[in-house]
This record gives sequence, C-alpha cells and structure tokens, in this order.
Amino acid sequence: MTLDEFLSACRQLAADAPAAIAVAQSPAEFADVRTQLVGRKHGRLADLMAQLTTLDAEHRRDAGRAVNDVKAAIEQLLAEREAAVAAASRTTDALDLTMPSRARWQGSLHPVTLVIDEICEIFRELGFTIALGPEAETEFYNFGALNFPPDHPAMELHDTLYLGKDTLLRTHTSPVQVRTLQQYAPPVRVLAPGNVYRRDFFDATHAPSFMQLEGLAVDEGISFADLKATLGEFARRFYGGARRVRFGPSYFPFVEPGAQMDVEVDLGDGKGTRWVEILGCGMVHPNVLEAAGLDSERYTGWAFGMGPARIAMSRHDIPDIRLLYDSDVRFLEQFAR
Amino acid sequence: MIVSHEWLREFVPHSQTASEVGAQLSRHVVTLDGLESLRSDLASFVVATVVEAAKHPDSERLSVTKVDDGSGELLDVVCGAPNVTAGHKYPFARTGTVMPDGLVIARRKIRGATSNGMLCSARELGLGQEHDGIYTLDTDAAPGTPLLSVLPVGDVRLDLDVLPNRPDLLSHLGVARELSALNSVTLRMPPEIPALPAHDSVGASVFGETEATADGVSVKLEDITSCPRYIAVIIRGVTVGPSPEWLVARLKSVGVRSINNVVDATNYVLHGFGQPVHAFDLSMLAGQQIVVRESREGESLVTLDGVQRTLHTGTTVICDGERPTALAGIMGGEASQVNEHTTDVLLEVAWFDAAFVRRVRRSVQLSTDASYRFERGVDAGFTGKAAGYAASLIVAVAGGTIGGVIDVGSAPTAPKPVRLRGSRVALLLGAPIAAAEIERTLASIGCVMTADGDAAWNVQPPTWRHDLGLEADLIEEVARLIGFDALPDVVQPFRPGTVPDHALHVMSRRVRDAAVAAGLAETRPMPFVASAADESLRVRNPLAEDEPYLRGSVLTTLATRAEYNLSRMQGHVRLFEIGSAFVASLDRLPREEVRVAALVMGAVRPPHFTEPQPPSYDAWDAKALAEELVRAAFPGERVIFEPAADDVLWQIRLAGANEVLGAVQRLTIDRPVWASEAFGVELTLGHMPSADVAPHGQHAHGQGAPRAGSSWASVRYTPLPTSPAASFDLALLVPSDVSAGRVDTLLRETAGELLESLELFDEFRGPGLPDGVRSLAWRLTFRHPERTLRDKEIDGRRARLLQTLERELGVRPRTS
Repeated sequence: MTLDEFLSACRQLAADAPAAIAVAQSPAEFADVRTQLVGRKHGRLADLMAQLTTLDAEHRRDAGRAVNDVKAAIEQLLAEREAAVAAASRTTDALDLTMPSRARWQGSLHPVTLVIDEICEIFRELGFTIALGPEAETEFYNFGALNFPPDHPAMELHDTLYLGKDTLLRTHTSPVQVRTLQQYAPPVRVLAPGNVYRRDFFDATHAPSFMQLEGLAVDEGISFADLKATLGEFARRFYGGARRVRFGPSYFPFVEPGAQMDVEVDLGDGKGTRWVEILGCGMVHPNVLEAAGLDSERYTGWAFGMGPARIAMSRHDIPDIRLLYDSDVRFLEQFAR
Repeated sequence: MIVSHEWLREFVPHSQTASEVGAQLSRHVVTLDGLESLRSDLASFVVATVVEAAKHPDSERLSVTKVDDGSGELLDVVCGAPNVTAGHKYPFARTGTVMPDGLVIARRKIRGATSNGMLCSARELGLGQEHDGIYTLDTDAAPGTPLLSVLPVGDVRLDLDVLPNRPDLLSHLGVARELSALNSVTLRMPPEIPALPAHDSVGASVFGETEATADGVSVKLEDITSCPRYIAVIIRGVTVGPSPEWLVARLKSVGVRSINNVVDATNYVLHGFGQPVHAFDLSMLAGQQIVVRESREGESLVTLDGVQRTLHTGTTVICDGERPTALAGIMGGEASQVNEHTTDVLLEVAWFDAAFVRRVRRSVQLSTDASYRFERGVDAGFTGKAAGYAASLIVAVAGGTIGGVIDVGSAPTAPKPVRLRGSRVALLLGAPIAAAEIERTLASIGCVMTADGDAAWNVQPPTWRHDLGLEADLIEEVARLIGFDALPDVVQPFRPGTVPDHALHVMSRRVRDAAVAAGLAETRPMPFVASAADESLRVRNPLAEDEPYLRGSVLTTLATRAEYNLSRMQGHVRLFEIGSAFVASLDRLPREEVRVAALVMGAVRPPHFTEPQPPSYDAWDAKALAEELVRAAFPGERVIFEPAADDVLWQIRLAGANEVLGAVQRLTIDRPVWASEAFGVELTLGHMPSADVAPHGQHAHGQGAPRAGSSWASVRYTPLPTSPAASFDLALLVPSDVSAGRVDTLLRETAGELLESLELFDEFRGPGLPDGVRSLAWRLTFRHPERTLRDKEIDGRRARLLQTLERELGVRPRTS
C-alpha cells in the first residue's frame, strides 16, 4: 500500500464515522459502534494500523500521525454524542415513575391483638378503662374469691395447670375482677385482656394458653338491663348496626344470673345468618363482691368474658388455631397493612 | 346429656317437635348442643307424587309411572306394587339413595323400561313388616319435602349441655319438669310403673337407724358421712332374661345397650329419674349382708368392667359379710353382678355424698353415669320413690316378689328457705316484675312460696334444687323462665369509672407501636419451653412432658420461632412479642415480668432496583432497634447501653439505676448456611404485682396506682439560635485499647460549654495505619449564644482537645 492510499483510507474512515456514531442511542449501540470503528482487534482503525507495516519505513511516521488524528477525532465524536444522548435522556425521562418506591419493611399486629384492640376501642367509647393482673395466680383469686365451691364439678370446666399446692396459672381473666374491686372503689368499669391457661391438648381447635377478655361494671343500681344494653351495643358496633343479639341461660360460678350472648352473623358461606355464641356474661355474684370487701346489698354489677382468638379465626377464615402460635412470618405478614 | 324426645313426651304430653323443644330449652334452661334423628338413615328420602301410572307393556305385575319428586322434571319409575295410584304421594328414594338394608338405588332397566329411583314400602323403610304395597302418605307436603319432616317416625335425641349447677337436669324427669313449667303442662309419671308397696307391708323399714334386717338380709351403715342413706329392696324369684321391646327401645334411644331385664330396669331408673341404682345377685353376697364402710389399705375388688382395683383408705366400699363388692356410688363388683342364673336380687338405692364420690372417682380414675350424677348431686327427696319405681319395674319385667325393704340412715337436709324481695328482683333485672309473675314462675319449678311482707317471700326450693341458695339464684330463675330476651335493654346513664388504664398496658401500647413502625411482626407463641434455664418454673401437671417449663425469657421463645421459620426456608425474620416471663421468687407466686422481645435477621430493607441486595441486620441495627424500643418504653429517661461480653453485646440500664433492664445480643440459633445472623433485644417493661391486694373480704381502696403522668411535661423549650455555629473535624489515631466511648467522653468533658454537638462520622482500619491503631473521626460543632466565635477561639479549643487526648489517652491526630 502506498502512503496516498493509506491516507485516503484514513480520510474515508474519518468521513464515515459521524454517520455511524449519529445513530447510536443506547449504551449497547455505543459499544458496538466503538468496536466497529476503533476496536483494538477488529475495528476499521485496527485494520489500518495493521497496514502500517506494509508502508515504506520513511512514510510510517506520517501515516501513524494520520491514524492518531482520525482516532482522536472519532473518540471525540463518540464522547460528544454520548454526552448529548445522556443529556437528552435526563431532560425527557429522568425518572421512570412506574418504578417501585424504596420501601421499608411493614410491621404488623397479631390478628388476635387486632380483635382485642377493636373490642377495647368500642368499650372505651362506652367508658371502660384497661385493667391487668398476673398470669400466675393463687387458688384464692382464681377460684375461691370467684365463688367456686371447693371440690366441685365446676372446677372441672377449668382444667388447671398448677405451679404449687395452691398456686396456678390463671384459667380465666376473672381474677382481675376481684383484684380491681379490692383496689379501686366503685364505680368500676374495666376491661381486662390477658393470657389464660388450660390443661388442654394443643390441636386444631384447642390451645393450652390463649387470650381472654373480661369486662366488669360495678356501681350502685347496675342491672341486667344495663348488661343487655351495653353488650348489645357492643355487638352492634363490632359486627355492624343491624345485628340481632339474644341471651340464653348459662352458668359461671361468679355470676348470678348467668347468661350467654349469641349474635346473629352471616359467615358468608351462602348458608344465610345463624346464631353464634360470642360471650358468657351475668350479674356479678354477691359472694364475689363480698370477697372483694364490697357491700353486695349496696353495689351490683355485671361482667362478661370472651375469647378473641375464636373471633379472629372466624373472621379471617383461619382453620387451625395453631397458626396463631406458629409465628410463620408468611402468616403474620398477611396482617400488615 | 342425651335425652329422648319420645321419653320426654311420656312425662310431659305435648305436640312440639324435637327442634321446638330444643329451641325452648336453649332459650330458658340449657343449651342444646345438637339434635340427632334416630332414623337419620331416612334423611335422604323425599315425598313424591305419582303423576301417571300405566301397566308395563311386558309385565302383568309392573307399572311404569311418571313421578314428580320436586326436582322440576318428571321421572320414569318402574313400580311393582299393586296399589300405586296416580295422584297419590309416596316415600321416594332417588337414584343414589342408600336403603336401610344397605342397597344403593341405581338407575336401571327393568324389562326394557328405565327406572330412575324407587317408590318404597313400609318394610323397605324399616317402618314395619307390611309389604302389601308401597306406603301411601297422607300429607299436603310438596313433592321433594324430606320424608322425615312429614312422617312421625323414629325418635330424636337431644344433646343438652348440662352445666354443673343443674344436676337436676341429668334425667328425663328433670328436663320434663322444665318443659312442664315453661308450657304449663302437668307432669305425669310413666304409667307402666306402679309405686312401691308401702314399707310396712313388706318388712323392716327402720328409717333413722344405721343398721336393720329384713327378709333374712341385714344392712349396716358404718360410714354415715359418705353414705347418709341406704335403701335395700329384696326381690326374690326373678327370671333374668331379655327385656321387653319398649324397655330396649327406651334405653337405645339414649344410647344405652340392653343387657338383661334386671340391669335394664336399673338403667331405666337412672336415665328416667336421675337416681343411680344397682342390683346385686343376693346369693353372691356372703352372709346375706351389706356393710357400707371405709375401705382398708390394700383391699381389692374386680369391678364390672373387669378391672382389678386395689383400694386405699379414704374410699367407701359396699361390702358383703366378707369383702368389698362394689365401689360406692361409682360401679358394682363383677362377682355380685346379676347374671342369667340370678333368682334373688338386692336392689341398692342409696344417696352418696357428692364431694366424696368426686374424690373417690378421681382417685380410682373411673367415671360412670352413676358417679357423674352423684358427684353433681342427686335429689335426696327422691330416694324412696326411686326405690319404689326401680323395684316395681324389676318385678314388672323380670317377675318375682318384693321380700323386704331396708331403709337405713336418714335423708340429707333439704335446701334452706331463701328470702326474696320483689324490690331486689326489680333492681337486679332493671325492670319491675309483678308479684304474681314472680310467684307463678317460681311455683312452676317446684318452689313453695310463703308471703313475708309486702312483695317479699320466704321461698322453699324443691329438694332437687340445691343450687337455689341465695336471693340472686331465685332472681335468675325468674329471669330465665320469663326469658332474658323479654327483659329491657335500654342504655342507662353511667358514672365514669375510678380505674386508670394500667400503666403496663399504656407502656405496652407505645412499645408495640414502635416495634411495628420498625417493621416487626407481632407474634403470640406458646409460653412453654422444653428445658430448664436457671430459675425457670416447672408446671406441676404439664400436659405435654416435652415442654413443661414456663419461660424465663421472652426472647428464648422468639428464637425457637425463628428456627421454625428457617426450617420453612424463611430467612427474613422480624418478630416481636410483649409478654410475661416468669422468675422464681421467695414469695408464694413467681415474679412475673412483662417484657418486650424482638428478633431480627435477614435483609434490613426489602430489595430495590437501586439496592438489589440490601445489607443484613447487624449489631448496629439491633442496637438502634433496642434504642427505639427503650425510647418508647421509657420516654425521656437516659438509658445506658453498657458493652458486655460474648454473645451479649450490650446490657441496658436506666441511668442512675443498677438494675439491668435488658440486653441486645447476637443469638445462637440453629441456622442453615444460607441464613444470616440473628440478633435479639429483650427489655423488661415492668413487673406485674401479684401479692394479695387485701385479705379475703376486705379492700384496699384509695391505694390503687394513679394514672401514669405525662413524659412530655418535663420538656423545656430551648431558644432557637441567633448566631452562626462553627465546626471542625478531628481525625484521630486511636490505639486498640482505647474505646470510642472514652474518647467521646473526654471530648465532651474538654470541649467546654459552647459545644453544641459531637458526632462520630468515620471509622477506618487498614493500610497506612500503624498496627493495632484505627482512625476515628469526629465532627465538633460550637456555638456561642450571642455572637460569632472567632477563629482564634476555635483553634484554641482544637489545640486544647488534641493536647488532652494525647496526654490522657495517647490519642494523636491523623496527619496524612
């Protein structure tokens, strides 16, 4: 190859380059055109460089300078074009607003907590505050003060886990009734949510430890009509306005009269409405008031107890109570919102 | 408790259906758990109308009919009965129906004609032997109506949830009494049983004594406490054999298998009247005598269930002249049971003390229909009558004659009269109830009312209602008999309560919200653990021996739950729980600490396109989480995070207190290789008081905790700055034995009061630094409240700080 031919090839390359570079848009296209023009191995510039050796020695310096000039010009064109494309993309679609946010993990409350919270909120609207008591209790607070006759079949409704001879894990939240009445003078209007224990096998419908929610209202002149009105109002606020409730006979040693409240619910299974028992209730037994040092002639009251876990299971279609305890994050995260 | 609808109707004639009875009982007496039709095998049969009936072209005997079964389309049915008539209704088995004999009705061809189901005869339905033709129904019911709702066949069992306060409901008589009261229908004793002949006519009845003899048989009551009354009826010349059909059916209706006429009669009395009775083969009683006495240590007895039972003291046994032959109130002995060779029977009708039977039943771990009733309380006023019914029934079904009656001991005391005030009824129920209504309702359940002042009574409860001991008990009777739903339910004004929210509840709510805000999921795991950590408490009678301890740490349970998640390939675990931990104490009850525990492992954030692989939780994240929880729990308090050793990274204390409230730690859990490290925080929020508030029957009013004060009240406003701040950075070479905390403290002490903030912003270890030295960089910001600080003042501070650092800690500035 003569020097003229070589220089002509250089000019040709310099002339072709702007058109090739002008069509590049994406980083991949820039990479392609760069390789094609000035790539080290197979680019057109590399081909020219390979021809350098075929030139006469005295022409090589000029030829080399020409090649370097072309290369510099192409690199400059590439850089300008890249900057222009980047600038254009910044002005037109700097943010793809369809892309997701930089989110944080969502925390969640347990479904049973959600039920307890809702119930507590409703009773708070009705003038109730929150009382708590210990889970490890004495037989006196768990049974004796609550009018359980010693050695009576009523105790068998409460399979008890004992810690010592007369100490146990409370079988219901009702001991909080007595503790609260001993500590605060009427009027008393409290809710007592808490963990309770029964000597039950852990299966799909039973657990040896579960949440219970107790309510207590004691003052002068409190009647069964107040109980019916307040619990009925609760049911309407919790389940929705048109709910019917009914009261039937039941037995708990610490209330007299004792009753249970059923609510008419539609479980959405196409079978229409049905009555579901949601709580046990009654007028506080005079012996319970007396055990707490209150004059049962002067004061009367009502109390109720319910199991929020059953309500949670029913409203979320949770088929197995163990899901509430397993702590599988895929279960718990379903209650994040 | 199972009762039969038909058996009830024998006591209380009425025309209500079983489900109506169940509904009425549920509203006023006892919850109905379920209804079971004893002919549930007929549940899928329906009423069908034969629309057309024509002779089968190829058969003299057969008819081809068009049947309307309510499905909306007429079915071709081939029928072999001579009496099939168009326009009449018959029981119909659709294809797929299982016949009482097990045959499944299928669609099939009969001599070329297709038959889609079967019209049934009485015999095919198991309703009798008649097989002259299909069963013609006399009903207006539409085609498709379930057969059982139009045909009064079979009995219905009612499953009643009888609670321990109402042992009187543990018999048909008891339930019938309630129906009688609710429907104003007179109670009727079953007619087939005559009363027992008067005691005098058959021999010695020495009521009141503890020992007596009649007809050559003697009874001696040695243990009058557990067995206050014992009646023995001697029946001679019985023929043991099968029971009559009515008796078999009655027992079957409540799920009791027929054994023989004598035993069936005793079971009839138990289920009919609620009095357990037992028949002994008199010839097997040594010395022709019965001795009721306390058991002796080591005595043994084979009970009716074939089990050899070794007795201890404290049990009462029914003995013959030589040895124990029955467990009092629980079960008879095998040796003296009535069998096909028995001719003479000693019938035991006794009243055993409830608490005693309960104790023994628990000690021998044997519960029977008899013990179930005795330990809840059997009507002591019915013992004599029950003896009469039982003896007469045995004679009626097994023959023989009554040879003698021995009646020793005395009837236990009747319930005490209770005073009832109309005013109290009105107060407790919230509505005045007319005196006449109160009298009517209580009289209807057997109370005897004696007026005692204006609208007040002395009420004598019946012998079967020992649960009516207080005025409130009677008021419950009035309320339930009228119906709770009939009482008013108007919301009345109320006074606000005196009880403040429990401080631990208020605190827990704040902590809970902080944990949720930090992205953690609340959990409520089972608080039992498998192994005893120091001081953990063992449940005395755990159900599951693999987890018999109460947890001493909430975080331990969370660690187990994290492992559970890892075993399900869930590596991003962020859990928290607020719950109790139990610590053994010298007091009667363990110390109960309400704690929050949190566990984190896996990515600190969800992946994002800007950060495809977020970092995993590390010690600094765990410390930050702990700080957030501590701030929520103890707002405004200064909290110390004290570096600790090994896996415990920091111990948490409130400034000025010695007690350690919790810790941040690296958790050792069973962790697969793909899972990242787990960190835990546990913090005690407070302890739940468990001491007695006041002695039994007393209160401690006025000593309750007041409402928790506001933590914000102590915040004081700092004036906003009006002059510029000046900052500089100190990059320091810190030897390995000097902690950042010491440098930090020294900087604060030395910087002077104009220091506004001090911030550690960089740590560097590695090349270019001397061995064992790291570089730490702080930014210090100074501000004078009134003027701009001069450069000289700043330089002076920097020089003084560097001097002090070098002198006190050997810390020098990093120069390059």
